Amino acid sequence: MPRDPSIQSVLVIGSGPIVIGQACEFDYSGTQAVKALRAEGIRVSLVNSNPATIMTDPEYADRTYVEPLTPEVLEAILERERPDAVLPTVGGQTALNLAVTLSERGVFERLGIRLIGASRRAVEVGEDRRLFKEAMARIGLDVPQSRFARTLDEAREALLVTGLPAVIRPSFTLGGTGGGIAYNEEEFEETATRGLDLSPVHEVLIEESVIGWKEYELEVMRDRADNFVVVCSIENFDPMGIHTGDSVTVAPAQTLTDREYQVMRDAARAIIREVGVETGGSNIQFAVDPATGRLVVIEMNPRVSRSSALASKATGFPIAKIAALLAIGYRLDEIRNDITRVTPASFEPVLDYVVVKIPRWAFEKFRDASPRLGTQMKSVGEVMAIGRTFKEALQKGLRGLETGSGGFGGRELDDARIREKLLTPDPDRILYVKRALELGWTHEEIHRMTGIDTWFLDQIQQIADLKEHLTGPLDAGTLREAKRMGFSDGRLAALSGSTEAEVRAIRKKLGVEPVYKRVDTCAAEFESHTPYLYSTYEEECEAAPTDRRKVMILGSGPNRIGQGIEFDYCCCHGSFAFREEGFETIMVNCNPETVSTDYDTSDRLYFEPLTFEDVMNVIEREKPEGVVIQFGGQTPLRLALPLHRAGVPILGTSPDAIDLAEDRRRFSTLLDELGIPQPESGTATSLEEAKEVAARVGYPVLVRPSYVLGGRAMAIVYAEAHLEQYVREAVRTSPEHPILIDRFLEHAQELDVDAVADGERVVIGGILQHIEEAGIHSGDSCAVLPTFDVPERHLETIRDATRRLGLRLGVRGLMNVQFAIQRDRVYVLEVNPRASRTVPFISKATGVPLAKVAARVMAGRSLAEQGITEDLTVDRFFIKAPVFPFLKFPGADILLGPEMKSTGEVMGISENFGIAFAKAMSAAGSEIPTSGTAFVSVNDHDKEAVLPIAAALHEMGFALIATRGTAAFFEGRGLPCEMIYKVNEGRPHVVDRIKSRAIDLIVNTPLGEASFYDDGAIRKNAILYGVLCLTTITAAAATVEAIRALRERGASEVVSLQEIHAPAVERSREDASPVVVSQR
Amino acid sequence: MTHARRPAVLALEDGIVFVGNSFGRIGETSGEVVFNTALCGYQEVLTDPSYRGQIVTMTYPHIGNYGINHEDVESARPQVAGFVVREISTAASSWRASGELHAYLDEAGIVGIAEIDTRKLTRHIRSRGACRGVISALDLDPVSLVKKAQSAAAMIGADLAREVTCAEPYRYEPARDAGAAKAGVERPFHVVAYDLGMKRNILRLLTDAGCTVTVVPATTPAAEALALEPEGIFLSNGPGDPEACDYAVEASRGLIASGRPVFGICLGHQILGLACGGKTFKLKYGHRGGNHPVKNVATGQVEITAQNHGFAVDMSLFEDRAYVLTHVNLNDGTVEGFRHRDLPVFSVQYHPEASPGPHDSHYLFRDFTAAMAERRAVGAAGPLLQAGA
Repeated sequence: MPRDPSIQSVLVIGSGPIVIGQACEFDYSGTQAVKALRAEGIRVSLVNSNPATIMTDPEYADRTYVEPLTPEVLEAILERERPDAVLPTVGGQTALNLAVTLSERGVFERLGIRLIGASRRAVEVGEDRRLFKEAMARIGLDVPQSRFARTLDEAREALLVTGLPAVIRPSFTLGGTGGGIAYNEEEFEETATRGLDLSPVHEVLIEESVIGWKEYELEVMRDRADNFVVVCSIENFDPMGIHTGDSVTVAPAQTLTDREYQVMRDAARAIIREVGVETGGSNIQFAVDPATGRLVVIEMNPRVSRSSALASKATGFPIAKIAALLAIGYRLDEIRNDITRVTPASFEPVLDYVVVKIPRWAFEKFRDASPRLGTQMKSVGEVMAIGRTFKEALQKGLRGLETGSGGFGGRELDDARIREKLLTPDPDRILYVKRALELGWTHEEIHRMTGIDTWFLDQIQQIADLKEHLTGPLDAGTLREAKRMGFSDGRLAALSGSTEAEVRAIRKKLGVEPVYKRVDTCAAEFESHTPYLYSTYEEECEAAPTDRRKVMILGSGPNRIGQGIEFDYCCCHGSFAFREEGFETIMVNCNPETVSTDYDTSDRLYFEPLTFEDVMNVIEREKPEGVVIQFGGQTPLRLALPLHRAGVPILGTSPDAIDLAEDRRRFSTLLDELGIPQPESGTATSLEEAKEVAARVGYPVLVRPSYVLGGRAMAIVYAEAHLEQYVREAVRTSPEHPILIDRFLEHAQELDVDAVADGERVVIGGILQHIEEAGIHSGDSCAVLPTFDVPERHLETIRDATRRLGLRLGVRGLMNVQFAIQRDRVYVLEVNPRASRTVPFISKATGVPLAKVAARVMAGRSLAEQGITEDLTVDRFFIKAPVFPFLKFPGADILLGPEMKSTGEVMGISENFGIAFAKAMSAAGSEIPTSGTAFVSVNDHDKEAVLPIAAALHEMGFALIATRGTAAFFEGRGLPCEMIYKVNEGRPHVVDRIKSRAIDLIVNTPLGEASFYDDGAIRKNAILYGVLCLTTITAAAATVEAIRALRERGASEVVSLQEIHAPAVERSREDASPVVVSQR
Repeated sequence: MTHARRPAVLALEDGIVFVGNSFGRIGETSGEVVFNTALCGYQEVLTDPSYRGQIVTMTYPHIGNYGINHEDVESARPQVAGFVVREISTAASSWRASGELHAYLDEAGIVGIAEIDTRKLTRHIRSRGACRGVISALDLDPVSLVKKAQSAAAMIGADLAREVTCAEPYRYEPARDAGAAKAGVERPFHVVAYDLGMKRNILRLLTDAGCTVTVVPATTPAAEALALEPEGIFLSNGPGDPEACDYAVEASRGLIASGRPVFGICLGHQILGLACGGKTFKLKYGHRGGNHPVKNVATGQVEITAQNHGFAVDMSLFEDRAYVLTHVNLNDGTVEGFRHRDLPVFSVQYHPEASPGPHDSHYLFRDFTAAMAERRAVGAAGPLLQAGA
């Protein structure tokens, strides 16, 4: 059964912006699918609102639409493209849900388009718990007892069946949003109410608790001939009760006998058949009662998933690629295994190593949010580690997290809190588990409190036990044993009271060095042709380095807020460009979600933590000509100086120039020397010093520890009292580095410049104007390219400063400069001589792949040789909008500030500013209303500024409501407005109004300390009820423009990147006029 | 911990030596060193008589995690000549566990070695082919051990089925309810099973498919087997070189000629291949694991199979038009199953009984009973042995 000849064109739906629960694993899967389909000669069109993805690079598809993922937009694209089929299974739940909606609306039927990969029924059965439960009953499989409820009363009835603790799962929400575990009736009422509210169909499932049971996942595939394989089994270290996305997970399963495993496999086969996934991959979750072995089915996802990305990386079996090929008719046995080249894909990978995935959380960003882990996923990234044993992989994974632990340790643990930490899971639990083991707690005791299998506890016990032998001088035997268990040099240094450099030297002297083994899908049964490697301490090394010219690219490690897919995009581009220049490329990274860790992206892949030790080991083995550190964000940048000192050639901008830009003192001097204005600033290492500096530069001040990423621990401080509080916390955050204090430029306009330089020339890729005022982290700001109301003379100043900085720093590669304009004066805020978050955005907008250009510069090709000599331009508006995870962190304030909080971004494109903004907001999930009621509440300072906005809303037919002060102000200016109570004034108040869905738009700028509670309540409820809430005047103004444009022309025009960037010739040949469809 | 460990050495006949730690019985053993890629199911592997004479290396590094239990055994005792793992578990985590693997092997006198680079060993076997080796915790001298490895018994020409077969015929009496009712069969089919080193799960599955089984020794002549008046004959898996089992090849000719359904697995399949005029040959390093894709030629369906064999039937068998290739290995294109064009004789090289491994091929047991039912329907069977008679 070869390829289905009736499929000649396919539309692939992406997953949109990075959010918690749906991250760059879908760029990985989408990219694989698109590549596979293209290689089959299929015309591929693609839609994804996320410009930071590799899949939206114009060369991957025939037509690439960076457009909002809404049914209207998809319909418009389908109208234009008329593909034979739509593939929705590589774009997460977002893509599946869209496909279902389009199917319900009859779009596929009307246009004669087939849904491939998963049928509508399969999606519905997979997602609708009621249908799923019925399906499981039909094939005789056990599921936890449960009842659906559509009201709180029904929920209470259901509780009588399930008992406490009970799991509450809202139907049809992403990543379990709004779900939870209730241990008492109060919690039950609260969680059930929230779940009912959040479910788009107002339904929750009340379920028998299987908390503490062993949790397993099988990644399976099926083809249309009913061939079935299990690609990977995964066992969760953290048992049932913690979302698998928040669990440490291990592949393959460790504690199942073959008998139990095969029962699970048979069940998985029956499930994928019954649910009706004809072709492709599915993820099926099971729970096993550790006391009796009772097996229950938890859920199945009829698509590729975060776990399937992990499984692909864990085994070398590319699930998404194969799913795409199966969807167009191939059978598993007709597809070759890329790694062995001689065996077919119709087999089950086997591992001769252990893979551990550890989540990375960002609770430090959401201080008011509870770090307790449960059924709702809260982590923002993950790290994967490969070792020959669980112990080795676990310790490699822990140091790969870059949380400063270097493995276990490095953290102050409070022994008095062990019991609490074991009982209430949070990100530190694993550290406390080990501490308890060190203190002699029994495995049974810990198992009872955590549900963690005793086999895992025994493994950690071995680490704890060996640690006791590592306190003195190390002999070769003990050192080797420690390394085999995954202890890092840094950890060994800390334990034995020496330095990492000393441990490294001793280790090398004693010949205790790592070897590299290959991930080959088959446990060495067949020869591997793909250098996909991991380190371990064994005898035989399979690295087999070549003697080609080669470069090494350091990736960005686990995703976190402020360092995510954008940097992976740059790393991939760097690799592609070096490869095109004839170099062998070597990628080092430990993030399983990414495209960079696809074994296909670079010539060689080392799946390793990005620490000095691990990177240096690879360098010593491979001896590359140079190492590229400017694409992966702060992670590799932090290694620049240590690697440089170790004699490693750093490609591109010199480590000294990087230090010059990062070191505030040096940088400040440089700016003075160049005569470029900067906000008054100073550094302080003590509170007294901080007070002096702040007094000198004048409040408000922006304070932060040095070497920050994503504005971590950054704050705007208005008074000395706040400064004292901040310094106490920040100094603890980063003991080695001083605090930086800058005068904060109030009401300034902020701009981001991305440029590329070769030492001779600086070419500006784009100047992005922030829509919010300075003070909001650039990653959290909406921004527009090109600038729309910045005077040319300021732009010229900005270009000039960028050029001079680039030349003076000797930048070779990418640089990003942040500017602010206050009172007609242009200031430089900071320079980052490395790839920035906006590089992919600008590359998509301009059609020039900046990271590739930078890589070629590093490879020795000047900008002139590349034909890149003029600043880049764009012919329409490209607007970037951030996406926030607030819904996942009940309790956290949504107010934006200098600390970055967004997880992802989208792009809106139009020739009209308002439409571009509306599309960006729509893509970010905040649909701009075109009519209804607007609530306005602003501080005194903003009242004048908000007046024209309110007037415009009124003119366009919006009813205005406002709190007392604002309402009085409007009335005084002749603007009709209804007054409404603040939360603390009486009822019904504004939050009541939001809850009764009587408000469509909110303009709420911070009113200050006094009404903090009120503002917070408004914003939180706006999030919960999906009301667009604007917290700055500039964003409100942009929204008004968007509303006006939407009312005039609608927002369903779509245009592909290929059309935008097509040369004029092609443009005249093809019909490139945007199709305008009226908005529904 | 570190200090309690006792060193052990694994030496191969070609001079390669691995130094690790001893586990199981402290002793010395020799055999053919092979590897198995299954991720779990080590207890079934250990107790599979087909591994007689072999030192089995598990490629998955953590072995022993769920301990051992009384149920997951394929014969009365561990059968392997030696056991090689990367890491032997110090904990046994399972609600069914009755003990730890280490102690189990010690009691059974199985010598093991842990903490060696099993991937290196596997790659070595892959490129060089299966070879003889010695594990010792008593003699740690590489030179002496390599010499011992060189003088260990070779697998080619080894008649090991004779060693592992039962001494006397016996009726298999399943502990649980007989399978006939379960399989919906009115009257159970009487099967005579040649025990060439039979795994227990075969007996369980035959019973589940509606058979009563009389197990006979490997050396039973055809006439004796037929005198038991079976409706079908089963030839089991087992260790060693099929060509050495000339007695069983001879018997098979008579059994085939009887017109009764004959079903063979693994060694049984190879012996049938020889009886049908085919040839067998030794694979470079064999197939051992639970993930091998086998295509059913008739349906085109792919089965993920359990495998454990070092020899295979040569494709030349099909030069005789009387035989049809039914199953083929998709990894290397070797013969995985054949049948007689006209007679109800069929066999597979792989292990449909799994244990350990996937259950994709259980249908073969139903095919066997279907053949017996067909024969019963046309009345060709002689007087039937009543259940329990």
